[in-house]
Amino acid sequence: MKKNKFAAILLSSILAVSMAGCGGAGSQEDSEDTVKVGILYSATGSMAISEGAVKDAEVLAIDEINEAGGILGRQIEYIEEDGASEPSTFATKAEKLIDQDKVKAVFGCWTSASRKAVKPVFEEYGNLLWYPVQYEGMESSSNIMYTGAAPNQQIVPAIDYLIDQGYKKFFLLGSDYVFPRTANMIINAQCDAKGVEVVGEEYAQMDQTDFGSIISKIEAAKPDVIINTLNGTGNLSFFKQMSEKNYTADDYMTMSFSIAEEEVKTIGADILEGHMVSWNYYMSTDTPENKAFVEAYQNAYGSDRVTSDPAEAAYDAVYLWKAAVEKAESFEPEDVIAVVEEGGITFDAPEGTVEIDAENHHLIKPVRIGVINADGQIDTVEETAPVIPDPYLKSYNWAVEADLQPLE
Amino acid sequence: MTQFVNTVFNCVSLSSIILLTSLGLAITFGLMKVINMAHGEFLMIGAYMTYVVQNFFEKFFPESIFSLYYFFSLIAAFAVTFFFGAVLERFVISRLYGREVDSLLATWGISIILQQAARSVFGMQGVNVKAPSFLDGGISIGSCTFSYNRIFILCMVILCMVLVWYIMYQSNFGKQMRAVMQNRAMAQCMGINSRKVDMITFSFGSGLAGLAGCSVALLGSIDSTIGQSYIVNSFIAVVLGGVGKLLGTVLGSSIIGSASIGIENYTSASIAKAAVLLIVIVVLQFRPQGLFTVKSRKLDE
Repeated sequence: MKKNKFAAILLSSILAVSMAGCGGAGSQEDSEDTVKVGILYSATGSMAISEGAVKDAEVLAIDEINEAGGILGRQIEYIEEDGASEPSTFATKAEKLIDQDKVKAVFGCWTSASRKAVKPVFEEYGNLLWYPVQYEGMESSSNIMYTGAAPNQQIVPAIDYLIDQGYKKFFLLGSDYVFPRTANMIINAQCDAKGVEVVGEEYAQMDQTDFGSIISKIEAAKPDVIINTLNGTGNLSFFKQMSEKNYTADDYMTMSFSIAEEEVKTIGADILEGHMVSWNYYMSTDTPENKAFVEAYQNAYGSDRVTSDPAEAAYDAVYLWKAAVEKAESFEPEDVIAVVEEGGITFDAPEGTVEIDAENHHLIKPVRIGVINADGQIDTVEETAPVIPDPYLKSYNWAVEADLQPLE
Repeated sequence: MTQFVNTVFNCVSLSSIILLTSLGLAITFGLMKVINMAHGEFLMIGAYMTYVVQNFFEKFFPESIFSLYYFFSLIAAFAVTFFFGAVLERFVISRLYGREVDSLLATWGISIILQQAARSVFGMQGVNVKAPSFLDGGISIGSCTFSYNRIFILCMVILCMVLVWYIMYQSNFGKQMRAVMQNRAMAQCMGINSRKVDMITFSFGSGLAGLAGCSVALLGSIDSTIGQSYIVNSFIAVVLGGVGKLLGTVLGSSIIGSASIGIENYTSASIAKAAVLLIVIVVLQFRPQGLFTVKSRKLDE
């Protein structure tokens, strides 16, 4: 009995000492030589199809940084969580990563719905989310870094390009959720101001497999060009069913905002050849950084894999976080945000040098209009100088006049 | 005129697709009263079998006979889903007859397992099958273009209907099957092995799902959720038509298919979907058993 009591006292004093020791090093779970970050994508559910490639790019960046000696002498340790394509699950998992695992930053989310679900969590805990996908804009949170394109870095220049090329009748086709609806709201305002006609606007269900009706409506409206914001599997069904009716890019040109190399591979270059897309980065982008990136990506995941804009933006996110941390000399999210807001955080990305805009946390990046070729690669036909992000389109007169409001 | 012909063709085409995906369900759910949540995943397996056979042909056979792959994939899809159906019936469903809720949960679990398995085997990105060359494009009559794929699916569904009709109403096995479904105890007394009949019937229904999967693979992308996108319409078609009646399923599919296309022509896809559900609810309000009912002398029905 007495012996037991002695042991208990000994044990508790050891515990107390060791805990005090940990306290000095920061949080309890963080060891001296690693720093934890969270990776939050869907490994299951309907979005797993897209989100896997983005996660792979981030893991690649983390591995590269670790191999080169880590950040501030510490190795990055990542904790993966599965958002299961459910916004509410994303919110729960984000809270778990921040509160329980004490991560210093989270890389994650693809859909706008999941981003909007985790936003309050990051704001409440003062943590930092790196969001790698082009999106509909109309948002700027101090706790989120948006490394994909804002609407004025993808949609607006693409429409301008089409108008320059002489297209006059636009047909808007999208999946029925917030990104296509907001994108089309912007496009409608832009077309109105520039004096070109929108001859139709249609939304397909996310899981729609039959596009017969929509194709009939397109035939009836006779547009010059179809602005395609379909997402996910709808794209393949739509293009396949267009080609069933013997239509090619010569009959109906399309401009797509959600088709990248990965999707081209699935749908098939024979069907998509000649159609246009708009992104900031293509696998064919000719920079030395991109050569290295594509090589590293294929070495890590297989030579049949392709890189794409969202994957590249995700890869950049990790390096930009590294640059910010090194400048702040701290891993704490508030220090990192403070340094970003001083400006000047840059990274020589595969798409060219990108910089985080100090004010709205989006990236200053170039826009590239591309045409899909027979090999499934995308050729750049027009490239702009780096464009300053403007998520609310405040610097565009027509957008201000149309009084665009975020859809909730 | 062109518009009208196109619309009619779209109605017929969508109805035939729904009917094809519902046929298997009309047997397992309609006749056997098994709520098999994994039915959509059998369709998925059928679709993936098409992809596998296509890749196999691409690798090992000369290009000249590549298009023939599709006939083999039809056979493979049917055979594999027939086998999966048999396994599922033998090990899970046969233990849960008469316990609808339990079998619903169990098969739902299996559907999740199959979806995840598909993701692990075929990757997360959707895959695509190339239509065999004789189904490429479409035939133009006047200013209307009818796609070969859709005409093929139409023929396919007619073929399957004839097959099902023959087996159910003309063959000896069909007699046994209907006997077991209508009055199990009596059928057993007559010396019918009802266990065997159950298993073959269920497997046959599953095999039809495989054939449907093989056909819809031509229309869009194949991924782990493909079953989910077709299964809801199929269940609705079977319920609307009247559980247990083949003709009911035909009518149910036609109503859903035509209503979707008709309404979508004048409104949008989302409204069409809601309107179709509304029609179904109204019909079931007045005919809770569905459009066709099976006449029965049982007291508890």
